[in-house]
Amino acid sequence: MSQNPKARLILEDGTSFEGYSFGAARSVSGEVVFNTAMTGYPESLTDPSYSGQILVITYPLVGNYGVPRHEVQDHLEKFYESDRIHIRALVISDYSFEYSHWNAVESLDAWLRDNDVPGVYGVDTRQITKIIRERGVMLGKVAVEGCGVPEEFVDPNRENLVAKVSAGGVETYGDGELRIVLVDCGCKYNIVRCLTKRGATVIRVPWDFDFTQLEYDGVMLSNGPGDPQMCGKTIENIRKAMAIGKPIFGICLGNQLLSIAAGATTYKLKYGHRSHNQPALMVGTNTAVITSQNHGYAVDTTTLDPDWEPYFVNLNDNTSEGIRHKTKPFFSVQFHPEASSGPVDTEFLFDHFIENIRNAKR
Amino acid sequence: MQNDKIQKVVLLGSGALKIGEAGEFDYSGSQALKALKEEGIYTVLINPNIATIQTSENIADKVYFLPVTPEYVEEVIAKERPQGILLAFGGQTALNCGVQLYRSGVLEKYGVQVLGTPVQAIIDTEDREKFVHKLDEIDVKTIKSEAVTTVEEAKRVANELGYPIIVRAAYTLGGLGSGFCDNDGELDALARKAFTYSPQILVEKSLKGWKEVEYEVVRDRYDNCITVCNMENFDPLGIHTGESIVVAPSQTLTNAEYHKLRQLAIRIIRHIGIVGECNVQYALDPNSEDYRVIEVNARLSRSSALASKATGYPLAFVAAKLGLGYGLHELKNSVTKSTTACFEPALDYIVCKIPRWDLGKFKGVSRELGSSMKSVGEVMAIGRNFEEAIQKGLRMIGQGMHGFVANKEFAVQDIDAALSHPTDQRIFVIAHALKKGYTIERIHELTKIDNWFLEKLRGIIGLEAELEKYDDIDRVPVELLREAKQKGFSDFQLARTVLKCSSREIDEKMLEVRKVRKAKGVTPVVKQIDTLAAEYPAMTNYLYVTYNGTAHDIDFAKDDKSVIVLGSGAYRIGSSVEFDWCSVNAGHTIRRNGYRAVMINYNPETVSTDYDECDRLYFDELTLERVLDITDLEAPHGVIVSVGGQIPNNLAMRLHNQQVPILGTSAENIDRAEDRHKFSSMLDELGVDQPRWRELTTIEDIYDFVDEVGFPVLIRPSYVLSGAAMNVVSNKEELKHFLTLATSVSKQYPVVVTEFIENAKEIEMDAVAQNGEIVAYAISEHVEFAGVHSGDATLVFPAQKMYVETMRRIKRISRQVAKGLNISGPFNMQLLAKDNDIKVIECNLRASRSFPFVSKVLKVNFIDLATRIMLGEKVEPPHKSAFELDYVGIKAPQFSFSRLQKTDPVLGVEMASTGEVGCIGDDFSEAILKAMLSVGYTIPKKNVLLSTGDMRSKVDMLSAAKALQANGYNIYATRGSAEFLEQNGVKATVLHWPDQPEEPNTLNYIKEKKIDLVVNVPKNLSKDELNNDYLIRRGAIDFNIPLLTNARLASAFINAFCKLRKEDIKIKSWNEY
Repeated sequence: MSQNPKARLILEDGTSFEGYSFGAARSVSGEVVFNTAMTGYPESLTDPSYSGQILVITYPLVGNYGVPRHEVQDHLEKFYESDRIHIRALVISDYSFEYSHWNAVESLDAWLRDNDVPGVYGVDTRQITKIIRERGVMLGKVAVEGCGVPEEFVDPNRENLVAKVSAGGVETYGDGELRIVLVDCGCKYNIVRCLTKRGATVIRVPWDFDFTQLEYDGVMLSNGPGDPQMCGKTIENIRKAMAIGKPIFGICLGNQLLSIAAGATTYKLKYGHRSHNQPALMVGTNTAVITSQNHGYAVDTTTLDPDWEPYFVNLNDNTSEGIRHKTKPFFSVQFHPEASSGPVDTEFLFDHFIENIRNAKR
Repeated sequence: MQNDKIQKVVLLGSGALKIGEAGEFDYSGSQALKALKEEGIYTVLINPNIATIQTSENIADKVYFLPVTPEYVEEVIAKERPQGILLAFGGQTALNCGVQLYRSGVLEKYGVQVLGTPVQAIIDTEDREKFVHKLDEIDVKTIKSEAVTTVEEAKRVANELGYPIIVRAAYTLGGLGSGFCDNDGELDALARKAFTYSPQILVEKSLKGWKEVEYEVVRDRYDNCITVCNMENFDPLGIHTGESIVVAPSQTLTNAEYHKLRQLAIRIIRHIGIVGECNVQYALDPNSEDYRVIEVNARLSRSSALASKATGYPLAFVAAKLGLGYGLHELKNSVTKSTTACFEPALDYIVCKIPRWDLGKFKGVSRELGSSMKSVGEVMAIGRNFEEAIQKGLRMIGQGMHGFVANKEFAVQDIDAALSHPTDQRIFVIAHALKKGYTIERIHELTKIDNWFLEKLRGIIGLEAELEKYDDIDRVPVELLREAKQKGFSDFQLARTVLKCSSREIDEKMLEVRKVRKAKGVTPVVKQIDTLAAEYPAMTNYLYVTYNGTAHDIDFAKDDKSVIVLGSGAYRIGSSVEFDWCSVNAGHTIRRNGYRAVMINYNPETVSTDYDECDRLYFDELTLERVLDITDLEAPHGVIVSVGGQIPNNLAMRLHNQQVPILGTSAENIDRAEDRHKFSSMLDELGVDQPRWRELTTIEDIYDFVDEVGFPVLIRPSYVLSGAAMNVVSNKEELKHFLTLATSVSKQYPVVVTEFIENAKEIEMDAVAQNGEIVAYAISEHVEFAGVHSGDATLVFPAQKMYVETMRRIKRISRQVAKGLNISGPFNMQLLAKDNDIKVIECNLRASRSFPFVSKVLKVNFIDLATRIMLGEKVEPPHKSAFELDYVGIKAPQFSFSRLQKTDPVLGVEMASTGEVGCIGDDFSEAILKAMLSVGYTIPKKNVLLSTGDMRSKVDMLSAAKALQANGYNIYATRGSAEFLEQNGVKATVLHWPDQPEEPNTLNYIKEKKIDLVVNVPKNLSKDELNNDYLIRRGAIDFNIPLLTNARLASAFINAFCKLRKEDIKIKSWNEY
């Protein structure tokens, strides 16, 4: 029988779901979002794009394979996407107290506790998902028995989340011949890995750093949390980089920032795309790809400057999945070609980026 | 875009259900036909399996009930001149047939294009050597192995690789002829046998203990790929995936592992060039990310049917569309109707597949599981945690288990051995071991099952222990009660665990649990399967019931418009695709009559569990508890219990007692037919004769009764149908032996002894009645005399050799019984006839196995009639002329003895067939020839071995032997048979019995394949010990030589092929009769 204390998820509209607490015994508030991926919780939880969010995983069985060991490879944690858990809280249906995997060192529960992040299990995650789907994304609180109830619903998008999760200083990875500036708005480690393994030296810079001062061959705009309109400084720098003309590749928030720099507007989706199964069509072709996604905002491509065109479009709801410049080597995608977690079908876009850089250098 | 040159397409079905190739192909073929129809393409189906949905009206434009063999398919192609052919929807049978047609140039000759995956790609995956080479080209690891063509080579390779090794035969169904070997001796035996199935075998290193994981992959002609589902075997490598408990999605794989294997699957499908669907099986190292590809099936498979049901993604439908040239992104997701088919389903539940075995039905078969398949069906359970799913599943398999725990005490001699040498019972051995204090580590060591699964199972044991501390259900804390329900405990399990009641009180006590539970608000919710984990709104009617949730996904109209059909559950011997046909047809009629058709069933190999066949599909248990949960919510107009076979039939009375409205014949009357005593006294009142029988409780009484009626007698435990634990005994010794067995089978039930009438004709009456008046009927006769289970008998409809007087009497008796039981709906009677003397042996107030057969031969849909009656419509009887046919239908059984090593392939009162076909001919000979060829018999080239049993059989066979001689066959015979033949003017060469040292010897002739047909008729009615006859029969099966064991059937077959030339067999479609 469950011995754990009770815990509740309280939604902004007053609905409340009672389950049990695991992870840290702490009450928090944040924005409630759901993800329909069936694997990859260690990767998702450390994805900085989830900063400020209470994550509901729709796949009911979580924790099965524990969490992996901490091994640093090329200055990065090998099995994680950043150095800590970024979600505000985790909400699931069935927590697996016992885990089993050759690479696991501890349970999800223990790891959440280490990171001071609360979890709730034993709630109807499908019902929560349906509520969010119908009424749109909303704020919520996790209240753990004995830890009080947070007074306010807090909208994390009101603060500059990117500033919170971006690197403090400039760091360099790899020693390849190509010098790529990675603008860290909340970058997943796998973007770094995808570049270094293709022969790049990656210079990771803070979100507001004027990288145009640096010597570089290409610019990588990372993923990250929150509203793209918060990143005015980054957008300014991107405009400068566009003027310089060296290849640019944006992912997720990076796509939104490049789009804004290219004249487009962004808007908040009703409940976002957070899953491993989003289909995107390369515009003008019959090539469809399955992508990993995690975003709450989207680009309105009708507002793009005429020099730009849609690159990918979502096959389910026709939202923009990427843009590209008609003549210059600038492109970006709303999904995650670096995957981790999720399908790796679009990793070829990194090859494409590297090719652009090599061509530009020629 | 679609290929507009294609206007007519032939689709090959899979023929009769057999082990390794079952109902899943009715599902995939039906889906493909739907997809083609939607495109306006004219469809021609070749499939002799008459009990399927795909061979029903309005599915294909034309149906040929003909063998799926190159010969017949070519004839159909020549006649129909299609532009395209689909090979991927009829299992290995269709694929092999297609490859042969391609190789022989038939497809090219008639300009027939193979739609979907090109034949070369199929060949690349089927030929192991080519396959390994193909994957080497893209650096994908396969299991190190070598293809060999001789036993010596096999040994050399095995010694190089090091034992243990696995032997696989190329081009065979579900691992036929495959197995593990630990040494040269074992390899020698296995390799010899494998070579009888295939000219090439593969010797490879065994990776026993690795995880087994499968992916279902789809590719379109634009090279777009998706993986629809992955699945993880609970049982690690070493047990055929068809024999394994399987969960979807995978549970113990990390993101890196999941996507590594996914990406490999996509690379493989692209490199091979599949267009449509394929399945990739992997072995995954449990201690690293190392992997091997085990095999690729370039066709729809059992796994793809399971994946379709597990995810809601209609794989076969989509594969057919892709074959026509569509891109994935050009198709819609048929669940949401708004999003694209180019996506990968996100599940928010777990499914658990459990195989259903029927090994108890076969004598001498090994119960150990290995690399070849023995199971005859499967179930799929859906839950929101593993415990819920597996406990549901263990109930669904229907072998007297109530879940993982709270089952009847289970004796295991050697737990270690039972864990490390898995049988069909292993999951219960694990329960037993856990209770005996085995640690997870120890069980893992012995089974190699991942600790995650074992921990979950241990949790169930722990919960049971917690519950056992209480003895009053009211006192169980509501949280514990809820947790038990969330972890899949049934009310039955709770009654047994908490109330500790006996079997006698259990029915009453579980209802008490139900009452208390409902009072405490512990009730389940209904959730949808929508392919996108609720991300998009879906109009889906695909549902399951769970305790892991707080809100229903759907509303319940409670408008008296819902009619619930209880489906048939897992396929097993005695209940198979025919009941699926009945269930689906009942659903169609319900919808046509303005009601909402609500289906409950849990068999992933069926069409009834296709969500577009009904208005609501509850993919859930057919237990009293679950049906009541659903009727509580749906408040249906009524429940139909008479189309799904015995499982729903058995629920009739108990549902009725809970005030659930049963449509059609009343539950009391169903009970009067089921209860032997009540039925018997009714027959007595009606003056209808029956074989003498008695229900007896002491051994003395049995002997006294047998003295009265004489041997042989039929013995069975009471209230068990479908032949379980039933036997015929011919003498005192056998009787004694059986009684020791019978009492251990079932203690609380007495034994029923019935006089057995020899050489009697057996007759089936299938009928539909309304308020006690027969509306439609079909009288069929068995080719074999009574004594062969009706499911194993060869059925002739209309009866060809019956006295008019017999016919009249049967009709009269049927009318009396229909009246006596006030039947409204389907019913079936089995009768014996000897010299116009008619006796009733069984009566079921439900649809029978032969309903689809007689409905299709007669072209009167009995289920439609019955359903309309049950809905209260006044039905007019079909016109009398409908019953006068100028053609003959034959239903013939399909056996799977070759998969069941060591079992005696002989027929008796226990059913042994796994499937059937139904063929139509202008006369008896043509029909029987088509039917026999359809179940795998071949017309012998030259040499026939006759070993014809007792004098009666010898006489029965004489004219057939003469026909063989007249047609130039060489007849070989065992001594007695040869002597008899010589005396009657038939020349026969004597072959010595297997246990005699002399040559020529029967067994050597069989091994050397010098015989083309073996007829071996057992000398008495009971299944005998291992003896000469057994060795001949088993030899025939093991060396793949057609075998007949019944003199009357053998005569019919031999006379037919002696009488008819090949050109006499007409290529006529169903609608041409």
